Amino acid sequence: MISDMKPEDIVGEYRERVIHLHGIGPRKVLFTKTEVPYPDGRLIVSRTDTQGVITHVNRSFVEMSGYAEEELVGAPHSILRHPDMPKAAFKDLWDTVQVGEIWQGYVKNLRKDGGYYWVKATVIPNVRGGKIVGYTSVRRKPERRKIDECIALYVSMKEAEGEA
Amino acid sequence: MSYQFTISPDFSPEYISGWFIFNTWLQRSLGLSIHLELMDSFQTLHQAIEQDRYDLIYANPYDASMLVRDKGFTSLVRPRGGADEAVIAVRADSEIHQLEALAPGCKVANTDDPDVHLMGMIMLEPAGLHPGNVELCQQDSYVLVAKALLTGQCDVGIFLDKAYDELSRPVQSQLRPLVRSQIQVIHHSLMAGPRLLDQTGSLRQLLAGMDQDEKGLGVLKSLGLRGWDVVDEEEVEFMIDLMETLTYIPN
Repeated sequence: MISDMKPEDIVGEYRERVIHLHGIGPRKVLFTKTEVPYPDGRLIVSRTDTQGVITHVNRSFVEMSGYAEEELVGAPHSILRHPDMPKAAFKDLWDTVQVGEIWQGYVKNLRKDGGYYWVKATVIPNVRGGKIVGYTSVRRKPERRKIDECIALYVSMKEAEGEA
Repeated sequence: MSYQFTISPDFSPEYISGWFIFNTWLQRSLGLSIHLELMDSFQTLHQAIEQDRYDLIYANPYDASMLVRDKGFTSLVRPRGGADEAVIAVRADSEIHQLEALAPGCKVANTDDPDVHLMGMIMLEPAGLHPGNVELCQQDSYVLVAKALLTGQCDVGIFLDKAYDELSRPVQSQLRPLVRSQIQVIHHSLMAGPRLLDQTGSLRQLLAGMDQDEKGLGVLKSLGLRGWDVVDEEEVEFMIDLMETLTYIPN
């Protein structure tokens, strides 16, 4: 399950919005303008089941998301969904990995404290015995130029979705 | 029948004798004849793998994926607490103080060690650098990577962290690390080929218990290791998935 974000967890001034998570329903998210830079030399690694429920996270994931490992394992991966991310980006991700392909893209993730961080994400289906049994997602530090391109792109995608 | 054993050429020269001691211990413990041969380059290793010459390989994760997928190998154990990490370094007096200050066209000293190169290039990526827009200067060893920086032949070097830490103090004092990876999940593993498949159970058991007796501990020490952890099938699959995400290049 995934609960609404709580004001007591947020650091600094925040805005709030209700986002609709696919297969889960509405979630109230609280977000600030604070960007947390992606640390050099790290990989954020997580694994989910076929429904996108987190089954494993590494230490870098815990540190960057601001959640405790116990809060992450068992939660849907969309616990990190930032309201600035267009739905179409995640639809593309799911459409790609569900047919056994690798997806790569730039994602703005929401932290527990309302801040955000950008990642270059690569998601691979875990194929065992010919069947997809889950997904592994590996995030690394993105190039700033790519982030700037994505900020503009995602604004226009959100406008197209009628949510800007 | 004699089995053939080799180790990834990125091993530290300090432990050459240790690997021979390990092989002697392994043969005595298993009652098998195993011949250890050292490789001087990854190119030689890859040719030998292609010709199915080896039954036991201490492989880096890059090669491990290929050995499992294409050659029917299985992972037995990995060194305890021994994740592979990389260091990006410049000359101590370099004007470069952060990765993002590196520009396309810069000269990067590396070795033919594929997983360290991969980790290094991932760390250079945020600066907009990739193999297509830098000048890669491949060296025969990490000492020569250091030399390429000290002589000004290259702007930045990619090192295996252990190799960087083992550089002599005078050399290290003339270098400055820009970034040290903390990837935590990439490691070497000892792998058995198809001809050893009926021995994998006893090999795993033997190696996992090496730190339980004095003799085994002594052999581990000669390799610079604390012990071996058994690698199960799912861990191997996870490592392969991970390496695939790191080597993925979109069409």
